[in-house]
Amino acid sequence: MTAIASLRRQPRRAPPIPLLLLVGSLLLYGGIALWTGQTSQLETEGLVGLLQRMVALGTVSLGQTFVILAGSIDLSVANLISVAAVAASYIMQGEPEKILPAVVLVLSISVAVGLINGMIVAKLGVNPLIATLGVGLILQGLLSASFTDFAGSVPASFQVLAYGALGPVPYSVLGLFGLAFIGWWVLRATRFGAHLYAVGGNAEGARLAGVRTDRIIIQTHVICSVLAGVTGLYLASRLRSGAPWVGRDGVYDLESIAVVVIGGTLLAGGRGGVWGTLAGVLLFASLDAAFNMLGVPSFPKLALRGAIVILAVAAYAVRGKEHVA
Amino acid sequence: MTTVTADAPARKSVIAFARHINIAVIVFIVLYACVGFLQPSYLEPTGFMNFLRRSAPLAILAMGQLFVLIVGGFDLSMSALVTLTVIGGSMLANNDPANTWWTIAALYGIGLAVGGLNGVIVSFLRVPSIIATLGMLLCVDGTAMMWSGGSPRGYLPDNFRAFGRLVLHDVPVVGTFPIAVGVLIVATSLAWWALHVTVFGHRIFAVGDNPRAAELAGVPVSATRIVAFVISALSAVTGGIMLGGFGGVSVGVGTGLALQAIAACVIGGVQLLGGRGSVVGAVAGALSLLALFTLLNLVGLPQPLKDTAQGLILISAVASGALRLRRAG
Repeated sequence: MTAIASLRRQPRRAPPIPLLLLVGSLLLYGGIALWTGQTSQLETEGLVGLLQRMVALGTVSLGQTFVILAGSIDLSVANLISVAAVAASYIMQGEPEKILPAVVLVLSISVAVGLINGMIVAKLGVNPLIATLGVGLILQGLLSASFTDFAGSVPASFQVLAYGALGPVPYSVLGLFGLAFIGWWVLRATRFGAHLYAVGGNAEGARLAGVRTDRIIIQTHVICSVLAGVTGLYLASRLRSGAPWVGRDGVYDLESIAVVVIGGTLLAGGRGGVWGTLAGVLLFASLDAAFNMLGVPSFPKLALRGAIVILAVAAYAVRGKEHVA
Repeated sequence: MTTVTADAPARKSVIAFARHINIAVIVFIVLYACVGFLQPSYLEPTGFMNFLRRSAPLAILAMGQLFVLIVGGFDLSMSALVTLTVIGGSMLANNDPANTWWTIAALYGIGLAVGGLNGVIVSFLRVPSIIATLGMLLCVDGTAMMWSGGSPRGYLPDNFRAFGRLVLHDVPVVGTFPIAVGVLIVATSLAWWALHVTVFGHRIFAVGDNPRAAELAGVPVSATRIVAFVISALSAVTGGIMLGGFGGVSVGVGTGLALQAIAACVIGGVQLLGGRGSVVGAVAGALSLLALFTLLNLVGLPQPLKDTAQGLILISAVASGALRLRRAG
C-alpha cells in the first residue's frame, strides 16, 4: 500500500485492504477453530500448516500481481505449472545429481514462455487474455500428448524444498515471504517498479513520457512465468512427482487472478501491490482450513468458494462509479 | 476472371463484396475442403448434415457468448451450466419420458436465474465479469456435483435426447435432416434478428462500444447487460440439452466449452472488450473450430494436440485482426 501512496496522493484515504483481509482471515480461522473446539489448530503446528497452505497459490499470485499491475493478465500459469512439475520430476528420475539440470531447464522453459507471452501481447498487440489462454492451450496440449500420468520422481534431497524446515517454520514459507519482500522492494524502490505502475495506469501516457512500455510488459510476463515455474518445482517436491494435471486441478490461473483482485489490485492495472495479494492468499488458505475444520464436503466447498470470490470482490467494487464489464 | 478484370467497377464491387465476407467463412471453407479431400464422405449431403449436427451445440454456445462479448464482458460460467443442464436433466427427468417437457422448462428456468444473477453481479455489484462468471462457474459446478453426489447415474429419456440425436430420413434435397440442425437454424435466425435488426441489438453494440456514451444517450445500460448474460445462459442450456442427446451423462460434458465458444467468436472477428461482432462470424468461427478438430482427427494427431491447435489458431486469428487494425490506422 505504501508503494501506491508514494506514487499518487489520494484525496480520500482508501481502506487498507491488506490489513482488513489479514484481520478478517485470522478472525475467521481463529473463530472457527474455537467454535469447533479444535484449539490445537491455534498452536504453532496448526498455524504453520495454515501458512504452508499459502505457498503454492501465493507464489503464482505474486507473479500474477506484477502482470496485472502492468495492465496485462496471465491465464497460462496453471498449464505452465503442470509443465514445470512434470519436466522437473521426469528429468530428475529420483537421482539427486539431476536436480540442478532439471531446475535450470524448468526455469529456462519458464523464461521462454514468459518471453513468448510478453511478445505476443506487446509486439503483436493481441489481447492478453487470448494470448495467454492460447499459449496455455498450446502448452497443455503438448504436455498431455506426451504424458498421461505421473512421470518420474523427485529425489529425497529435492523434497527438502517442500518438507524441510528451519525450526518450526518450513523453508517454503520463508521462501514465499522472501519472494514477497523482494517483490515489494522491486515495486517500491526500483525504476522498473515505478515504470510498471506508469504503464498499468496509462500505457500511452507512459510511452509518451519515454517509458519503453513493450519492454516493461515483456519483463513482467517473464517474472510471472518464472514464478509459475517455481510453483511447479514446489509442487513436484511436495507431491514427490509431477503429473500433467497438477496445475489445472489447483485452478491456479483463475484463483491467482481472484486473489490479486481481492487483494485490492485493479484488474485494469496501475494500482495495487504485493501485500494485498498475500493477504488475499491468506484469506483463501483460512477459508480452506475453516472448511476442513467444519468438515464441509468438497462439492459444497467448491460452490461456497465461488460465492466468496464474488462477494469479496463485490465488497469494495460496489462503491465504484466506473463502468465495468 | 478476365472479364471481371476488364470491367473496373465490377471488379471494385467484387472486392467490396469479398471484404464483407467474414474471414471465418473463408477459413471454414478452406478447412472443410481439406476435410473433404481426406474423407470424401464429408462432401455428401449426409456427411455435411452430420458435421452440422455435431457443430450445432458449439455454434449455439458461441452465439450466446457473442452477446456478452459485444457488451464488453465474458461468460466463463457457460461450461458449468452445460454440465448442470445434462446432470440436472437426468435427475429431474428420472428416466421417465413423461417428465421431459417440464424438465426442459425447469432447466431454462435455472438458466434464466444463473444468467440474471451474472448480469446483476456485473451491473450492480460492479464485479468484473471475468471474476463474476468464474465465481459462478465454481458455484454451478459445485451445485451440479452436489446434486448428483459426484457420480451421475441414469440416462436421459429418449424424447429428451431427440434434440441432439434424432435424424429425419428421406427428406428431399438433403436426404437426412438431424433435428439438431433445425435447432441450429432457428437459433441462428433468432440471434441474427435480435442482434442485427432489433433496437435491443443496437443497444448491445452501443453499450459495448462506449458504456458512458450509451448511458448519456439514454440506453438502459444495466438492463441491456443483464439481458445479454441471460441470452448467454439460455444458449448454454440449449447447448446442454443437445449435448445430453449426443453422449451419456457425465460430469465432464461442459469442460472447456466456454473457452471454445470465446475462441469461435474471436475467429469470427469479434472484438474482445466490446463493440464489434456478428452472428455470421460466431457461427462460422464455431464451424471452423469443429472442422479443424475433425481435420486433426483425420490426420491422426493425438487427441490432446487439439488444444495446441486451438491455441495456435486463437492467437493467429487475433494477431491478424490486430495487425489489420494497426495497418488501417
